This record gives sequence, C-alpha cells and structure tokens, in this order.
Amino acid sequence: MRESRAGTARWLRIHMTLLYAFLYLPLVVLVVLSFNDAQRAVVSWRGFTTRWYGAVFENPELLGALGTTMVIAAMATTISVALGTLLALGLERHTRSSVLDSAVYFPLLVPDIVLGIALLSFYSLIRLPLGAGSIVLAHSVWGIAFAAAIVRTRLRGFDRSIEEASLDLGVREVPTFFRITLPVILPGIVSAALVVFTLSVDEFVIAYFTAGRTVTFPIQVYSMIRFGVTPEINAVATLLLGFSMVLIVVALLVNRGRTTSDPRPPEGATG
Amino acid sequence: MDRTEPSADGGARRGLAHWRGSRLTLAPAFVWWAVFLVTPIVLILVSSFFRRGPFGGVVYELTLANFVRAFDPLYLGVLWYSVQIAFITTVICFLIGFPAAYFIATRPNPRVRAALLVLVVLPFLTNFLIRTYAWIVLLNREGVVNQSLRGMGLIDAPLSLLYNDFAVVMGLVYGYLPLMILPLYAALERLHPEIREAALDLGARPLRILRTVTLPLVLPGIVAGCVFVFVPSLGNFPVPQLLGGGRRIMVGNLINQQFLEGRDWPFGSALALMLMSVLMILLVVQSRVLRHSREIQLDA
Amino acid sequence: MRRVSMVRSLAVISTVALVVAACGGGSGAAAQETGPVTLQVMNFANYMPDDIAERFKAATGHTIELTLTSSNEDAIAKLDGSPAGTYDIAFITNPFAEGLNKAGKLEALDHAKIPNLSNLYPEATQIATDPGNKFSVPYSWGTTGICYRSDLVKETEIDSWKDLLEPSAELSGKITMMDEARWLMIPALKVLGYSANSTDAAQLEEAAGLLIKAKKTLLGYDAETFYTKLDSGEAVAVHGWDGWCNYATDPNVKWALPSEGSDLFVDAMVIPKGSPRLDAAHAFINFILQPENGQWVAENILYKVPNKAAMDALDPALLVKYPNMAISPADLLKQESLRDLGEGQTRFTDAATKVKAAP
Repeated sequence: MRESRAGTARWLRIHMTLLYAFLYLPLVVLVVLSFNDAQRAVVSWRGFTTRWYGAVFENPELLGALGTTMVIAAMATTISVALGTLLALGLERHTRSSVLDSAVYFPLLVPDIVLGIALLSFYSLIRLPLGAGSIVLAHSVWGIAFAAAIVRTRLRGFDRSIEEASLDLGVREVPTFFRITLPVILPGIVSAALVVFTLSVDEFVIAYFTAGRTVTFPIQVYSMIRFGVTPEINAVATLLLGFSMVLIVVALLVNRGRTTSDPRPPEGATG
Repeated sequence: MDRTEPSADGGARRGLAHWRGSRLTLAPAFVWWAVFLVTPIVLILVSSFFRRGPFGGVVYELTLANFVRAFDPLYLGVLWYSVQIAFITTVICFLIGFPAAYFIATRPNPRVRAALLVLVVLPFLTNFLIRTYAWIVLLNREGVVNQSLRGMGLIDAPLSLLYNDFAVVMGLVYGYLPLMILPLYAALERLHPEIREAALDLGARPLRILRTVTLPLVLPGIVAGCVFVFVPSLGNFPVPQLLGGGRRIMVGNLINQQFLEGRDWPFGSALALMLMSVLMILLVVQSRVLRHSREIQLDA
Repeated sequence: MRRVSMVRSLAVISTVALVVAACGGGSGAAAQETGPVTLQVMNFANYMPDDIAERFKAATGHTIELTLTSSNEDAIAKLDGSPAGTYDIAFITNPFAEGLNKAGKLEALDHAKIPNLSNLYPEATQIATDPGNKFSVPYSWGTTGICYRSDLVKETEIDSWKDLLEPSAELSGKITMMDEARWLMIPALKVLGYSANSTDAAQLEEAAGLLIKAKKTLLGYDAETFYTKLDSGEAVAVHGWDGWCNYATDPNVKWALPSEGSDLFVDAMVIPKGSPRLDAAHAFINFILQPENGQWVAENILYKVPNKAAMDALDPALLVKYPNMAISPADLLKQESLRDLGEGQTRFTDAATKVKAAP
C-alpha cells in the first residue's frame, strides 16, 4: 500500500513538472523575444537589444494601460467575489430549483460580442459615462458567475450544525459568518479571485466596447496588430512576469518558519 | 418544485430559521444581472425577430426568417465541429487538471498551495496575442520544437504542429486549463487525507473510496470546471484563427462575423439566442441529474 | 410562493431599468462648441505620428483625445452603439465609410474649411465610393496582391491569382490567403472575371467553390502576420496588403500585382453624424493633409498616401527599396474599389462563411 502511494506521489510530481513546463514554455519565448532587435517581426529573431525596455519606460501610455488593466481587474474581482459568495450562500441554502442553479452559469453563455455591444448600447441609453468604471461593471457580470460557481463547490456537504451551534450560543449572523463560514469557503474565494482577476486582465472584446477612451493593455495590443505589434509589448509582459515572480518568492520566504502547519478548516473560530 | 427537505437535512432546517434574512444574499447578484446583463442583452436579442436593414441596422418588421436560416446545414456543421473541439478540449483539460488540482490541494503548507496556484494563472497575466505568437514560434515547421526533435534525431521531417485541429485543441487547452484546475482545487482542498486513510484502514478499496468518498465531494468542482472550459471553448475565435490558421471556424467566430463583418445584428442575435438556449437546457438537465444523485446520497 | 415573489421583484427591477434607460435616451441636438475644444478621434494605434496631438494643439489650440480601434468592423460596431456626437473623427476604410454614409451616419464635408485638399492627387477625388470627397478624405491607399519569396519560388512566375488558387508543386501547402470576408473572395472572383463587389448568388457560389478547392493547398488564412510566415519560410506566397508585404525583413520577398486585377482600398477620415465640434474636426482633417504627416505615414507604415505633396517629398530610395510604394495613382485607380454591398452583404457573408467552414 505504502509503496503504491509513493509511486502515485512520484507520478504526480512528474505530472506537475510537465504541466508547469507546458504553461511556461511560451513565456520563455516571450521573454527571449523582448530582446529581439526587430521593428515588427514578432516571431523571428533579428539580434539582441535592450532598447525595448528603454522604450517601455519612455512610453507612459503602455505602462499606464497596464496599470489601468490591473486596477480594473482588482475592482472587478472584489465586486465579483463579494456578490458571488453571497449568491452561492443564498443558492445553497434557499433553492431547490435546478433552473436557478443553472442560472448561475447563464452569464457565461452570452457570447462576448453580444454582451459587449449590448452593454455599449445600454450605457449609451442610460447615459453612463464610459471608462474604467463601465468596464468593471461589465466584467463583474461574468465574474460573479465564476465566483458563485466556485464558492458553491465548497458549500456542498458543509456541516451546517456548526453554524447552527454558533447561532444557538447567541453569536450574531455576521460574526458567525466570519468565524465559521468564511474559513470553510476561503479556498473557494481564493480560487474565484484568481480566476476572475486573470480573465479580466486578458479580456478584450467586452472591454473594447465598454471602454470609451480608456485604454486597457489588451486594447492597446489588439489595436497595434494592424501596423505591427512591437517587441515593446513583450518587454512589458516580461517586466510584469518578473515582478510577479519576485512577489511570489518573497511571499514564500517571508515568515517561512511561521506557517508550516496546516490550519485547515474546520477548526472554526480562528477568525 | 420539490420543496421537501431530505430527512438527513432536518438538523439544518433549524439553522435556516436563524438565517431568515439571508435570502437577501441572492439579491445583489440578481439585481446586478437584471441591470447589467438581462436588460442590455434583451435590448439586442429582440432584434433576432426583425430584419437586417440594407446598410446594417434593424428594420422593425417581425419575422422568424433568422431562426429558419440558422438551421442551414452550413451553420449546423459549424456547431457540430465546435462541439467536438470543445468536448475534446474539456476532456483533456480534465485529465491534465484533476491530478494537478489534487497535487496542489494535498500540499500540507498553505503557502506552497497558494504559490502553486498563482503559478498556474501567472502566465495568463501576459497578453493573449503575445502568448499565441510565442506558440507559433515554438510550433511552426522551422520552429523550436521541430528543430529540437530533429536535433535529437527523433524525427526526420518536420511535424505539422500548426494550422490544424491539433493546434486549435492545444491552444484551447493551454488557455482554459486554469479554469479547470481552480474550481477542482477549491473542491478538493477540503478532502482531508485522514478521511481517505480512515476508509483505507477500514478496508475499503481505493476505487470504492473514489466513488463513495472522493467523487461526491468533488463532483460540483468537476461540473464547474467542465462548464468553465466547455462553454468558452465553444465561443472562442482567436485560437482557431491564429493557431488553426483560420482553416475551420467555430460558433464564436460565426456569431462575431454576423455582428461585425456582416453587420447583421438580427441574424447574429438569432444564432446567439439559439446557442444560449441549447447550452442552458443542457445545464438544467445536468443540474437535475446532479441534485438527484445528491438526494440519493443523503438518503443513504 | 417565495420564488414567485422573487421572480416578480426581478421583473419589476428590469422594467424599472428599461424605463430609466428609455428616459435617459432622449438626446437633444448638441450645440456647436466654440473656442479651443477637445476633439474625439477614433483610429488604430501607431497610425499617426506620435507628436500629432502636440503639433495640432500648437497650430489650432484644440486638444485631441484618441480612442483606439482594432478593425473597421469593430470601429463601426462601436460607432453604431454610441450616441451621436461621441466621435468627431474616425479613420475607416472606404467601403465601410460608404456604408456609413448611405445609412446617414456621416457629416457632409465643407471643402472651404479644408484648403489642404489641394495637396491630394487628382485621382484621390475620383474614388468610386466617394467621388468629389463629399464625406471622406483619403489618408492612405493601396491594393492587395501576391507577396512571395523569390528565392524559394524558382520555377513559377508569379503573375496571377491562379498561382494561389491552383498552385504549382513548389507552392502547394505554402500559401496563405486573407480571411477578412471582403478580401477572402477577391482572388476567386477576379480569376472568374467577376467584380470584387459581386452579390450575384451564382457568381458567389462559383467563387466559393474555387476557394474551397484551394483550401487543400493552403497553409492557412492570415491577414495580419503573413509577412512573418514569409520570413520564416513557412509560406512562400501569400495574398496580402501591399504595405504589409514591405514589413517582411527577408530581402528576397517580392511583390506582384496579379494580371486579373485587384482591389483598391482607401483608409479615409470621416466625421460621424452629430459631431458637436464640426469646425475643429475640419481643422483636424486639414491639418492631417499637411505633407509632413503623409510623409510620416509613407516612411513609417510603408503605405502609399494620396497626398502628392507628401509623396513628392519622399526619399526616392524608399520607392526603390519597396517597389509597391511606387505604384502610380493612375495604376491604383485601375484596380476595383471595394464598395458597400447593401442588401447583397448577406449573400456575400454567407459565401465567405461557406468557404471558412468547409473541412
């Protein structure tokens, strides 16, 4: 038995190595091409240069677009996770309808182009000024759906007697939520946040129609296709990757000794 | 419909009484959707019952012609091809994603779990177009992969890795893998190793454990992951265009084309409406089956 | 019962939203602004000189705000979905501009406010989509043809669309064609002797049949990065825009205009209907027509411009290095201008879809 388990573990490690290789292979190319001395040819090598990095720092628009994208994604993620979590809780407790269950997925079924054009027309009708805010509203439409569906996976089979006990002991609903329920669904919330943030950062069609003059990173890149995307974009992406990697390593190293145990729920009242 | 509480849930009913106010938790999301989803798309999709104007736009004459036209074998063929591609993509994502989610979820250190998860999504913070160009550099006939394989003496002639269905599926799997792994992780993370070990110690067979302990708990995660991958795969158009060389189109491309190139919002709306209806019906059926199976478990 | 009440409240909410939307929608005609204004311009990224806003402000006092677009189709959908008066200037290709005009969505131009129109070639006023530049002013123009690797195509003389549709052995499997519907159909329509603007069902059917057959010898469709495929040698002959052929870095990449003829496309500036800043919009068009701006386009985008003053100012070496830059305005005008297809667009889109969906 032990032997087969060790075998499984080894097999899983190989699987993970291959998976990360698959995920990062194109990124290696992307980083290499950020040093490509070519005006337009994004896919063939023309010699080494660091001029694209210089160009990035001389081009506040590109970095600005990246910043805008991150702010939009952060806001859309916050709204989506908050509303999605509430929705998941409500659905799990109060519905017995498969139609309502499935309604959670409905926003994902709407083709991007339909939602984009529909929202543009709708915003025009209600005279909502277009910009970062209107993109956040739009991205939250599907963000809530992703968040609700993921958080719900945590609630299946959740032993509500703990909540009940807390309530019976006279703890109010809100503190009960934060002390009992939240720790249980936290991994779902983290997963949901990662999904929504990532999708928002890379989303083009809906952002394009609801952006007005606001330029997000994808809008900038797609608008450049017509006359050649320059390796400057690769340089920006490389900087972003490098920055994120440093953050991850720092997060792993800081207080490394402190949290090696596994404080998984349901330990409950650690608030 | 079926408002009877299963008996095993009886204890929770008392808890529910305390949560009187919490039905309100449904409201914010549904209001949000009523305003920013349902209202706008209804405004557009009603055009499917009207006619395209000579220069685009909508002529307000009621007609069902758009729906009739959607049943042209041409469009049904595109739909069938899309379903096949999306299905294969979903299966592959699951086969790769499940072990990965399991591995990450079973790391004892929460920091390591978080780092591994972030590493899964990190590549997607870069731009789609640039990542796709990078794949083209890797996979083209004179590309890095072909040259390496030839260098190692594994192949004589370059493999056709691009501009075919293989490239489309690979591109979709690459793009949507995180959407499979993250919900699976959320579902698997609470699967305590102790439960499994307890069951093993009690003499249960691994397969039986998978069926009776693991699977029921992670089923919602599997469903979420599969929906997250299948639905956007069906609607994706840049991947077939760039990696598939535009040799075949998928439903997403078709709808896009009608709205943009054809300036035919009525027909584009009809196609979108039909696609959404079919998917919605599939989802409701899926949810029925799932609820049914859960109630059986609860009774057991 | 509770569910019913929830459904009802949802219905009430959406009705309220609709009513609010309808009430907010009544837009009054915007009054023309005077003095320095902020002009809303819609264009692709990097299609104008970087310092255009600064120089325009110095010259006229007006500010420019740029909205980026990624394709003609996207731009039109965005215009269609926005209230009138949102944009003052849009850069758009001529058949699309013609369509917008027919739909009543463009302002007529006041030539008295655009004295620099005199910088244009006489041919630039004779474009079929807008003779006399009543609603559009050309910014750049060109055609599509065959771009190929002269070192890899040795036995075939490239001079016909047939070289792409019925390729010789050395070309087979190494060809790309354009996937934008209007351009996708051109090679087949031209080989059959039909108009690139045909909306005749039988002609389109025949052309689609040719293109579906040609699919077997195609590497893929690519309207955006075909020049990189030429550079890498994946493709040896492609259908592409003349200017983009110049983006290939391999010196063996050559350009050919097929004997059956090709299209003429014109990227033009238009003023969307309802612009509240008509004077400034005209001033902008006039400013863009100054030779140095056209010269910048020719030197950086490698497109021909209809601006005679700008073309005359070019270094002759550029025209030698990129022979398709030297195509004369008269020769360009001999190509068939793409037109708005009106009701026929549906048949055209269907034919193109048939080609793209074929296995």
